[in-house]
Amino acid sequence: MTVFVLLEGVISLLLIAGGAFIFIGSLGMAHLRDFYMRLHGPTKATTLGIGCMLIASMLYFWVTEGKPDIQEMLITLFLFITAPVTAHLLAKTGLHQKLRHADKTRGKPLELRPEEVGEKPVPHPDRGHG
Amino acid sequence: MLDTALWISLTLVLAALALNVYRLTVGPDMPDRLLALDTMYVNSIALIVLLGLWLNTKTYFEAALLIAMLGFISTVAVCKYLLRGDIIE
Repeated sequence: MTVFVLLEGVISLLLIAGGAFIFIGSLGMAHLRDFYMRLHGPTKATTLGIGCMLIASMLYFWVTEGKPDIQEMLITLFLFITAPVTAHLLAKTGLHQKLRHADKTRGKPLELRPEEVGEKPVPHPDRGHG
Repeated sequence: MLDTALWISLTLVLAALALNVYRLTVGPDMPDRLLALDTMYVNSIALIVLLGLWLNTKTYFEAALLIAMLGFISTVAVCKYLLRGDIIE
């Protein structure tokens, strides 16, 4: 009996932690000042939150049905793989569009090569196309 | 205990969705709105997981998986469109 109470506590804690991380990520996206700062919230905090929530769901169905299921783990793995790719592409889009940035944001946001934005497809520098 | 945690989590996710809608409507540039949409599909996956816990069924996790894959692909497609002006060259 006590094991189930303990597991319920763990599941509840994971659910609340997931909700809190999701809220913190969205709050950062709504509140921060420029696009490069806003990118930090959803890509890290929200991914962790959804991971916590899916693990809580997996634990719950494991306890109630008696056998583990791989489905939630699949969603977690997929989200953890795709979140950095999305963040990279969004950052590249922001750099390409030369968005305004606050003074605290450091770095030079104008360093894309022309072939990366499709201005002029240049041959690869290693090959030597003439 | 689980009911209370479910309600707290549901409230937080709904507040996060409201903040995403704010950034989606206000957002000054196109990548801001795209970021808001990207966060919105992750939050909708969280809502589906909470619905599955609430109804005690695993039927809706296929929908969550579909939303994850299609959301990623659509975000990448819009990013490529904004970067190169074309999706398939």
